[in-house]
Amino acid sequence: MPGIKLSEKTIGIIQQICSDFRNEGSELINVLHQTQGKLGYLPAEVQEVIAKELNISVAKVYGVVTFYSFFTMIPMGEHPISICMGTACYVRGSEQVLAEFKRQLSIEVGQSTPDNKFSLNCLRCVGACGLAPVVMVGDKVYGRVSPQMVKNIISEYKEGCASEAKSA
Amino acid sequence: MTISYQLKRVDFIFKNENDWEDVLSKSISRTPQELINELISSELKGRGGAGFPTGLKWKLSSEEGDDTKYVICNADEGEPGTFKDREILSRVPFKVLTSMAVCGHVIGAKEGYIYLRGEYFFLQPELNKAISEFEYYCKEINLDFKIRIFMGSGAYICGEETALFESMEGKRGEPRNKPPYPSSYGYMGKPTVINNVETLAHTFTIFKYGAKRFYDLGVQYSRGSKLFSVSGDTPKPGIYELELGMSLADFVDEFGDGDTKAVQVGGASGFLVPRKRFNETAIGFQGKLTGISLPTGGSMMLFNSSRSMFNVLDNYLEFFREESCGQCTPCRVGCQQLLSGIKAVKRGEKNAQYLDKLMRLAETMQYTAKCGLGQSVANSFSSIVENFREEMIY
Ligand SMILES: Cc1cc2nc3c(=O)[nH]c(=O)nc-3n(C[C@H](O)[C@H](O)[C@H](O)COP(=O)(O)O)c2cc1C
Ligand code: SF4
Ligand code: FES
Repeated sequence: MPGIKLSEKTIGIIQQICSDFRNEGSELINVLHQTQGKLGYLPAEVQEVIAKELNISVAKVYGVVTFYSFFTMIPMGEHPISICMGTACYVRGSEQVLAEFKRQLSIEVGQSTPDNKFSLNCLRCVGACGLAPVVMVGDKVYGRVSPQMVKNIISEYKEGCASEAKSA
Repeated sequence: MTISYQLKRVDFIFKNENDWEDVLSKSISRTPQELINELISSELKGRGGAGFPTGLKWKLSSEEGDDTKYVICNADEGEPGTFKDREILSRVPFKVLTSMAVCGHVIGAKEGYIYLRGEYFFLQPELNKAISEFEYYCKEINLDFKIRIFMGSGAYICGEETALFESMEGKRGEPRNKPPYPSSYGYMGKPTVINNVETLAHTFTIFKYGAKRFYDLGVQYSRGSKLFSVSGDTPKPGIYELELGMSLADFVDEFGDGDTKAVQVGGASGFLVPRKRFNETAIGFQGKLTGISLPTGGSMMLFNSSRSMFNVLDNYLEFFREESCGQCTPCRVGCQQLLSGIKAVKRGEKNAQYLDKLMRLAETMQYTAKCGLGQSVANSFSSIVENFREEMIY
C-alpha cells in the first residue's frame, strides 16, 4: 500500500480524541472507536500518531487493531454490505447470496468497489436468525434474502437515494 | 428412559419493571449477608453459559478485602443464535441496572460496567438515558454507584470473562490463566463480579418476590426459568421464557415443524441432539437428572431433514477457527485441522476412519486448551460426527 501523508488537520483530530481520553494507554480501544468513527478507517500512519499520543508502542496499537474485527485498515465503501454467516443464515443459503454479491460487484470479501460506493464483509450471527438469511447495508437489515434479490438491493443504493428498506 | 415435564411458559423476565425504585431501596436496606442468603437459597445459576451459582459468586467477592471492586454486566452476547440479552436490555433495562447496584452494595463496589456487544451499538442511546435516570435516583437515596457502557469491538472471545477484562483494559482480548478467578482478581486486577444480563434480570425477580418464587420453578440442580432463543426450522422463531427441566421432546412438539431431525442446544459450543434422543434429554444444567442434561446460554436451533449436518459442522468450525484468539496451540491449530480434516473426508481424500482421529483431536483440545472456547469445540464436533457420521462421508 502506498504511504499516506496525513494532513495537519487530521493529525489535530486524532490528537484531540486522544486528549479527550486523557492520553491514557488503557483507553486505546475507545480512542480507536472514536478515530475510526471520524476518519472511516485506521491506516498505519494513523496508528503511529495514536501510539505517540498515548505513549505506547505502535506494535501494541497494531496488535489491537488487527485483533478486533470492527477495526479496519482499509477504507470501507459508502454503503458497507455485510452478509451474516451465522449458522441459521448459512444453512438457509447465505453463501449463495454472498456469491451473488461478489459476482454483481466484482469484488471479494474485504474489498471495496473502485468508485468506493460498496464494500463487502461477512458478519457473525447478528441475532436476527428468525429472518435468515440476513444482509445488512449500513444499518438497514434485509431478511430472507435470496440470490435473486441481490440485484434489486444493490440498485436501491446505486440511484443515490436509498428507498424504504424492509427492517427487522 | 422417558422424562416428561410439561413445557411451562413463564413470565418473569419481561414483566413490568415500574417498581424498580422500590426494589432497589428495599434491597439496599438489607444486609449483604441477607441478600447473599436469599440468592443462595434460590439456587440461581449463571445464565451466561457456565452455570456458576450466583449467590456464591457474590459471596466470594464480598469477602475480598479490597477497597476498589467492580460489578460487570456481560452483554457481549456472542453465542450464535442467541438474542435474548439484547431484548432484556431494550425492554427491561432497569432490572439489570438495579441488580448491578444491589450487587455493588453486597460486595462493596461503587462502579459498574456494561460490556455491550459491538453490533448492539444501536442500544446505546436508550441505555444511556436509562443509566442517567437510574443514577439520578441513586443520588436521591444516597447510594454511591456509577454505571458506564463499554463497547465491544467484534470479537466473540471477549465474552469470556477474563478476555473481557483484558479488552476493557485496552488490550487484545486474550483469556488469562485461571486461577486467579475474577472474584479476587478481575478488571484492573481488582475483585470483580461478572454476570450475564439474564442472570441479573433473574436476581431482580428474586429480590422482588423472594427466593421461593424462583426456586419453585424448575427441577433439582436447575431451578427457575430461562430465556431461549429459538431459531432454524421452526414456524415460530423468537424468544421464550420457559421453566428449566423440560424434555427436549416436549420442546420439539411445541416448536418443531413436524420434521425435526436434530436440535443444537447452546450454539456452536453446545451439543447436537438427534431425534432418537429427544425423549431422554432434559434442558438444564448438568446434574444427575435422568437422561442427559445440557447446560446452555439459551440458543435452540432446530434442523429438519432437508439440512445437511456436514454444512452445519463446517459452519461451526469455520466460526471457531475465525474466533480463536490464537493464544494457545491446541485451539489455534486444532480448529484449523478439524476443519480441513472434515473437508478432506468429504472429498474422499481421507477415509472414514480419519473421523475417529479427528474425534481424538477434539478430545485432546478439551483437556489442553486454555479457555472455554477451545475446550468446548469437542461438544458440537463429537455430537455431530457421532450421530451423523454418514452425512460427513457421503
Ligand atoms: C468463548 C466464551 C464466550 C463467552 N461468551 C459469553 C457471552 O457472550 N455472554 C456471557 O454472559 N457469558 C459468556 N461467556 C461466559 C463468561 O465467561 C462468564 O462465565 C459469564 O459471563 C458469567 O456470568 P454468569 O455467571 O451470570 O453466567 C463466555 C465464555 C466463553 C468461554
Ligand atoms: S482456547 Fe482458543 S480462544 Fe481460548 S485461549 Fe486458547 S486459543 Fe485463545
Ligand atoms: S445466524 Fe444470521 S442472524 Fe443469526
